[in-house]
Amino acid sequence: MRRRILPGFGISLGYALAYLGLIVLLPLAALAWKASGIGFEGLLRLLSAPRTLAALRLSLGGALLAALINAVIGLLVGWVLVRYRFPGRRLFDALVDLPFALPTAVAGIALTNLYAPNGWLGAWLEKIGIKVAYTPLGVFVAMVFVGFPFVVRTLQPVLTALERDVEEAAESLGARRWQTFFRVILPMLAPTLLTGFALALARAVGEYGSVIFIAGNIPMHSEIAPLLIVQKLEQFDYAGAAALGVAMLLLSFLLLVSVALLQRWSNRWAERTS
Amino acid sequence: MKKFFPVLLTAVGMVLAVSVAAKDVTLLNVSYDPTRELYRQINNAFVAQWKTQHSDSVTMQMSHGGSGKQARSVVDGLPADVVTLALAYDIDAIADRGLLAKDWQKRLPHNAAPYTSTIVFLVRKGNPKGIKDWADLVRPGVQVVTPNPKSSGGARWNFLAAWGYALKQPGGSEATAKAYVTDLYKHVPVLDTGARGATNTFAQRGIGDVLIAWENEALLVQRGLTKDGFEIVVPSVTIVAEPPVAVVDANVDKHGTRAVAQAYVEFLYSPQGQEIAAKNYYRPSSPEVAARFASQFPATHTFTINDVFGDWRQAQAKFFNEGAVFDQIGTGH
Amino acid sequence: MSARMASRPIGWPRRVVHVGLILVALIFLVLFLLLPLATVFVEAFREGIAPYVAAIRQPEALSAIRLTLIVAVIAVPLNVVFGIAAAWAMTRFEFRGKALLGALIDLPFSVSPVISGLVYVLLFGAQGWFGPWLEAHDIKIIFAVPGLVLATIFITLPFVARELIPLMQSQGSEEEEAARVLGASGWQMFFRVTLPNIRWALLYGVLLCNARAMGEFGAVSVVSGHIRGLTTTIPLEVEMRYNEYDYVGAFAVASLLALLALVTLAVKTLLEWRYGDEIAAHAPGGH
Repeated sequence: MRRRILPGFGISLGYALAYLGLIVLLPLAALAWKASGIGFEGLLRLLSAPRTLAALRLSLGGALLAALINAVIGLLVGWVLVRYRFPGRRLFDALVDLPFALPTAVAGIALTNLYAPNGWLGAWLEKIGIKVAYTPLGVFVAMVFVGFPFVVRTLQPVLTALERDVEEAAESLGARRWQTFFRVILPMLAPTLLTGFALALARAVGEYGSVIFIAGNIPMHSEIAPLLIVQKLEQFDYAGAAALGVAMLLLSFLLLVSVALLQRWSNRWAERTS
Repeated sequence: MKKFFPVLLTAVGMVLAVSVAAKDVTLLNVSYDPTRELYRQINNAFVAQWKTQHSDSVTMQMSHGGSGKQARSVVDGLPADVVTLALAYDIDAIADRGLLAKDWQKRLPHNAAPYTSTIVFLVRKGNPKGIKDWADLVRPGVQVVTPNPKSSGGARWNFLAAWGYALKQPGGSEATAKAYVTDLYKHVPVLDTGARGATNTFAQRGIGDVLIAWENEALLVQRGLTKDGFEIVVPSVTIVAEPPVAVVDANVDKHGTRAVAQAYVEFLYSPQGQEIAAKNYYRPSSPEVAARFASQFPATHTFTINDVFGDWRQAQAKFFNEGAVFDQIGTGH
Repeated sequence: MSARMASRPIGWPRRVVHVGLILVALIFLVLFLLLPLATVFVEAFREGIAPYVAAIRQPEALSAIRLTLIVAVIAVPLNVVFGIAAAWAMTRFEFRGKALLGALIDLPFSVSPVISGLVYVLLFGAQGWFGPWLEAHDIKIIFAVPGLVLATIFITLPFVARELIPLMQSQGSEEEEAARVLGASGWQMFFRVTLPNIRWALLYGVLLCNARAMGEFGAVSVVSGHIRGLTTTIPLEVEMRYNEYDYVGAFAVASLLALLALVTLAVKTLLEWRYGDEIAAHAPGGH
């Protein structure tokens, strides 16, 4: 029925697919083709090398942790920005998009400036014995920075739409504030929160520009996976670099497919509860 | 949709205008990071000289970046007429793809390196840790800043200098050299991806006690960069860093720029070119110019890569390739 | 605290919680977002206004600004057309593999910038699939403007589509179907019904897409060739100056992008403030 009334199915889907094919799929096919140059054994050897594993662990682990923090802080910030009124609220709301807009290299240099032992924050943190710049903690800080807007921006519309009545009803039934939050609000937000979490995670896993300045880049310690790709390229090892790239890409794609599934699940869940 | 096409056309037009604007001979020199000031002066002098001797004029274009990345770009199609990189291995890689003759290093004097440098230490004012030689770098409590040799061409010279020092000590062997560099890289808190990044880390961020650096970089930092004050320590023995230059045959033949490109690299060896190099803290290869700048460059015991390691291909395979010595020694904590 | 809260009496413990939550959120925002931004400007003006102005008026900076604008002017409209087409197909029709298409649209978000530049080198570089053919026909893609545009399109591809899809999903297609029933042609329906309904989300998408397009560093760095004054965009110019120990220059040029970010955010905030009610009426009711 719908299909007959609304026009443009063929042209819009065809155009979108052609565009995606040319801009995204064809180049990625070239990447996969190049990666196949090292063969299955080569890939296994590459992926099981301790240094690769350590770098992947840092990239994935750091990104997971950063996305987790972003989920918590993002929920808090989103909540405060949507629910409360205070001076400068719009300014702070606008600030949330900054990591999207600031070039990654500039962000990296600025963060290093701040958190280096002689920086504004670094000097102060050094006194209480915390080193941020040039440690895995620095990698984490940069990852929190680049992933932050995803959580807040996915949550905000839902928070706006979230019925206050639900909370008030729960409270009038005698639920305590924290009970309302954990039993009523959080379950309703959970699917969206997970979406934001996964997007922030996917973004942080592959991040290079902002991380590279603040990471110490010490092998097995503070070296991220994209840096390994760069190093392979430096040795003119295109196939190895491409293989590592494909491996990271598959990881990211798995994450994104889970996001799509999560969204589907959240939609169904929302339908069931409403 | 229709609105976008005029915008697109305008944009494409502007792009084309940019790329065909130059009508005279244009020469692209693809170089590594720290040579901007050097080649700015070289280019001005060369363009002026060319104009006095020829009817056409030359426009110089520069590209700067990490040495390996620049070589890769040339291999991938960056139309460089001349390459001036940090180490011969990167130009070898271009030659391997057939863009220039394999014996390129024999076509110009001094292994195709018109100017050289050495590896020295930059320490903080007053040399608080009393750094005098390579051995002092591995004392407890000393932190050393040097970039990652896997991602920085310049840093490979640092590594080879350290290796050569250890080899030349009494009783020195491959095993003691390996032990020394293993120890050395355990004292490195930050492995930047490039030489300039390492200098920034040391000078701007205040990390580490010693920066292992090219002499020209150390002099630049000491004389121009900051008011904090740094001192240069010349170790007992060190390597001659030879940043080579070459004309990219395939590209100059395509562009019809061989004569200019050849004149350009030869200009680097001329008295004028040598003087500009010396003023930018590179050690000139011409003995006359070197004599005039003798006070700037303290005499040291040096060895070349050919003396100790054969050539760059061998050094690269032995130390820096996948699973080679640098990967074995493990670094950091 | 506010009109909304005033409708109910608030006990002081709860007020403390409110203030506490606001403070924690603000401290985070200041530490993580405001301070890095402030650093850029502090460093840019460290030596005063004259060096700042001089740094920006260098011909290399001006050509970087021009190139950045050219790239954005080509990349953003292309992604807008794609975003609308993709959102239309995704939200108005049912077809197999829709979830997969959605994941594909998001894919560029998660591809490491290092890789997103490399893939175009593998395609169009001298050693790449189309390299020899391009060379034979003297067409330059890599290390020229087309390469920069392609890499930028790749990086910013999801923004418009991502902004539109949830909105169009929640709006449903009743209005459009009505327009069709009343005899509107496809384009009439699109320009009179669909476009007005999605214009705010579209604008947000364009603003974010543009900001990211102008600020992209990693991918662009791989395909640029770094020919000064010819193929360097603003972020590349920043990196080069930083690597030349020209800190004031680096941060001065970077501040242009930070300013752009601020202007983008200001425009967005202004729109929200000016048309807040209208936007709220079109906002997605959760997805």
